Amino acid sequence: MNEERKGLKEKITNSDIWRSIFRHGYENTGRRYTLQVLQNVWLHLHPPRVSRHALNFRFTWCMGGITFLMFLVTAVTGVLLMFYYRPTAEYAFSDVQYLEFDIPFGMLLRNMHRWAAHGMVISVMLHMFRVFLTGSYKKPREFNWGVGVILLLVTFFLSFTGYLLPWDQLAFWAVTVGTNMARATPVLGHEGPFAPEPITQANDVRFALLAGTIVGPSTLLRFYILHCVAVPLLASVLMALHFWRVRKDGGISGPL
Amino acid sequence: MYAVYCLPLILIFTCRSRGIRHRTEYGTPTKLGAEVVSRRKFFKFLGWGNFTAALGLCFGPGLVRYLYPRVLFEPSSIFKAGFPAEYPPGSVSEKFKKEPFGVWIVRKEDGEFYALLTICTHLGCTPRWLGSENKFKCPCHGSGFDRDGINYEGPAPRPLERVKITLAEDGQIEIDKSVKFLGEKDQWGDLGAFLKV
Repeated sequence: MNEERKGLKEKITNSDIWRSIFRHGYENTGRRYTLQVLQNVWLHLHPPRVSRHALNFRFTWCMGGITFLMFLVTAVTGVLLMFYYRPTAEYAFSDVQYLEFDIPFGMLLRNMHRWAAHGMVISVMLHMFRVFLTGSYKKPREFNWGVGVILLLVTFFLSFTGYLLPWDQLAFWAVTVGTNMARATPVLGHEGPFAPEPITQANDVRFALLAGTIVGPSTLLRFYILHCVAVPLLASVLMALHFWRVRKDGGISGPL
Repeated sequence: MYAVYCLPLILIFTCRSRGIRHRTEYGTPTKLGAEVVSRRKFFKFLGWGNFTAALGLCFGPGLVRYLYPRVLFEPSSIFKAGFPAEYPPGSVSEKFKKEPFGVWIVRKEDGEFYALLTICTHLGCTPRWLGSENKFKCPCHGSGFDRDGINYEGPAPRPLERVKITLAEDGQIEIDKSVKFLGEKDQWGDLGAFLKV
């Protein structure tokens, strides 16, 4: 019985299909474990060697990892919410109500999305604070600090675009007020400093954000696409770069 | 659910009672009968097993349930089609052919009603009532049905379906499209398949 099972296992692990998926051998050696980590697409985030202080909770607060986890939670729950949400003025609000009160687990999923988004904003700021306190922005990590600053702004923008989607009074006025600030953008905003003569409220940067001069149905659609496609894509690319640079700049910075 | 969570505990205690010692180092397993299980491997299995079980048992069915909403915004299958007196005997009414109704209301010479679904039994197109030729003709592949709904030409394999027709309390005809009566199963004589006024 046992021999049979062993033979079957070997048959499977030696098959062409198995070997085309798993690039490392299956023998029980330390080399195999190292290769498993090094050559696996999911595990290659982990360096084969980690210094002791990098695992110390009091040094990193795990805030970068928690931010990434929050991002994954919002991504997964967000895709599920997209099954029921239509980004049009006539349906958006009632679809959110439908999700909250009629769909099984809809309230749970929407709140998971909402709280993970809040959590991401909080943890990304604490992450930045920790990086500042440990001096991890210094040479050779200046570039990654810069990427991190952009990621912070991207996180804020993800939150801001998501804010409009329930299409209630809170959303409408929050985005009205928020985008009014874009009027004062230097050069590109029609009320901003150094704005050249041809810049009006019909062709400034706020117009590009709103798809109009006021918050309307086209703003909702635009924010929806930014929220669900464009900004998450940008965030993913920047995160990949961010994590890769952490490795290439020598891992988690050492204690001061 | 409970069994899944109990299983690892049972395994732990059976291992203990047999007095099996495990070394903590990876790659130096001890023998458990003919099986080779290291302590680390065992606990790794236990931990990931619990994690996967919890995730699978809670989120899997939950996700499937999420995709089946409790409320639907679809037209009702039941609707009222006016008073019997509005339909002269020997007529085929196309008044409720349009969406979302989709039925012909036919009244025979003897005053009996029945309702035919406007779905061709070949591939689901909408046939047309040709009064001069006294037949329902499907424009897609030429299936023809007589005014009883019997298929007599073209590729349609069975007669048009009839749906439930009753008289509501206010005296109007009530159609329920969710209840079907199939001619090939000899259901056209069943209660609800026709209406005698």
